[in-house]
Amino acid sequence: MFDFLEGYDLLGAFWVTVQLTLLSAAGSLVWGTVLAAMRVGPVPLMRGFGTAYVNFVRNIPLTVIILFTSLGLFQALSISLGGQRFETINFRLAVLGLVAYTAAFVCEAIRSGINTVPVGQAEAARALGLNFTQVLTLVVLPQAFRAVVGPLTNVLIALTKNTTVAAAIGVAEAALLMKEMIENEAQLLLISAVFAFGFVCLTLPTGLILGWVGKKVAVKR
Amino acid sequence: MTEVSMAKEEVASTDDLVVLKSVNKHFGALHVLQDIELTIARGEVVVVIGPSGSGKSTLCRTINRLETIDSGTITIDGKPLPQEGKELARLRADVGMVFQSFNLFAHKTVLENVILGQVKVRRADKQKAEQRARELLDRVGVGAQADKYPAQLSGGQQQRVAIARALAMDPKVMLFDEPTSALDPEMINEVLEVMQQLARDGMTMVVVTHEMGFARSAANRVVFMADGRIVEEAAPDQFFSNPRSDRARDFLSKILHH
Repeated sequence: MFDFLEGYDLLGAFWVTVQLTLLSAAGSLVWGTVLAAMRVGPVPLMRGFGTAYVNFVRNIPLTVIILFTSLGLFQALSISLGGQRFETINFRLAVLGLVAYTAAFVCEAIRSGINTVPVGQAEAARALGLNFTQVLTLVVLPQAFRAVVGPLTNVLIALTKNTTVAAAIGVAEAALLMKEMIENEAQLLLISAVFAFGFVCLTLPTGLILGWVGKKVAVKR
Repeated sequence: MTEVSMAKEEVASTDDLVVLKSVNKHFGALHVLQDIELTIARGEVVVVIGPSGSGKSTLCRTINRLETIDSGTITIDGKPLPQEGKELARLRADVGMVFQSFNLFAHKTVLENVILGQVKVRRADKQKAEQRARELLDRVGVGAQADKYPAQLSGGQQQRVAIARALAMDPKVMLFDEPTSALDPEMINEVLEVMQQLARDGMTMVVVTHEMGFARSAANRVVFMADGRIVEEAAPDQFFSNPRSDRARDFLSKILHH
């Protein structure tokens, strides 16, 4: 029944999906945190940049962003992110696009987490003589992160599925292989089901594990 | 003991620690602080009382610039309050503050709460900071709770931890912004006792409170505020037995008869 799978590197394709997801998740977590820090910071220019970035980027379709990294950054501006082979370049460009896009959502999730931390705690931290960065990194953000494990899990699951857009610029991840298989084999429904199942295998444990983590690290007030 | 207190008075008479000169502040149309003149000497305990909305808390918070002022000057130990930045952070480290709602860091244990400022601001050695933190926690009577999280403590215990956290910075002056107003009645005394002890040890204190008993027993001076102004300043005995202003008489008649 599953003969049609022979000759295709299904695991390899999903491994690329996992790599795209993990690298983009790490990148967008860092960049999203920086954006959130800008948005709550005292410097008007940074606040303005953070706000503009989030509102601009999250309203552009991901496909457009991913295509832009290939057509705009690579082909027009020759930005190859240090890659030599075509595959490496496209993979890195896809990660860049996913980070740029996902960070906007991470930023807003973290900002909502910052709002769960009572203002008085930041005041107490300032009253001890901590500077803005210290107040943020030692007192506010650690509590904000614990409060938004749930929302960040949603972002991570969305990101896992969004990696399929990287197929648009030829990154050999799961969705690209699916397209190829659908073209070659006569098992449309089965192929789709196999790939759907593959993604559920990635995202379901993510949700369960992080749901447990979220409860575990929640700050008691 | 007498020698100590005499020495303290001598120093006090020559050494002004906190000086506010014609301080004004508005919240929109509301003029919350109107031409405030207040001098606090080293080692002095000043209790600020007055009706709600009279500007007492705001006054207290301007001293370490948690609230900015519109005009006037505030100097601490001879130095004017700097603008936001490194200088201000350094000054705030010298000014301890205790809040109505405790504001302990909820994700850190009691011990970590008291260590944090010492290590990150004073750059103290971790081990010494911990030792000092345990000493201070013992001193305020919550040494046994060191490894718990704030949410596991009663309000009175949390507030005493907050006092220890402020003391860990070796502040020149301690500000108390209604430290017992959020406490259940049976916990108020345990906090007031710690504050009494601090006052006896010669700490300079500015205390905004509704606890008249504390004002009577621990204050060197009572400052009565109403409608954004300092209406009356006097020694506690004099203020409570013989207030000069009508506003203060009216206030006292409302709170002292029950």
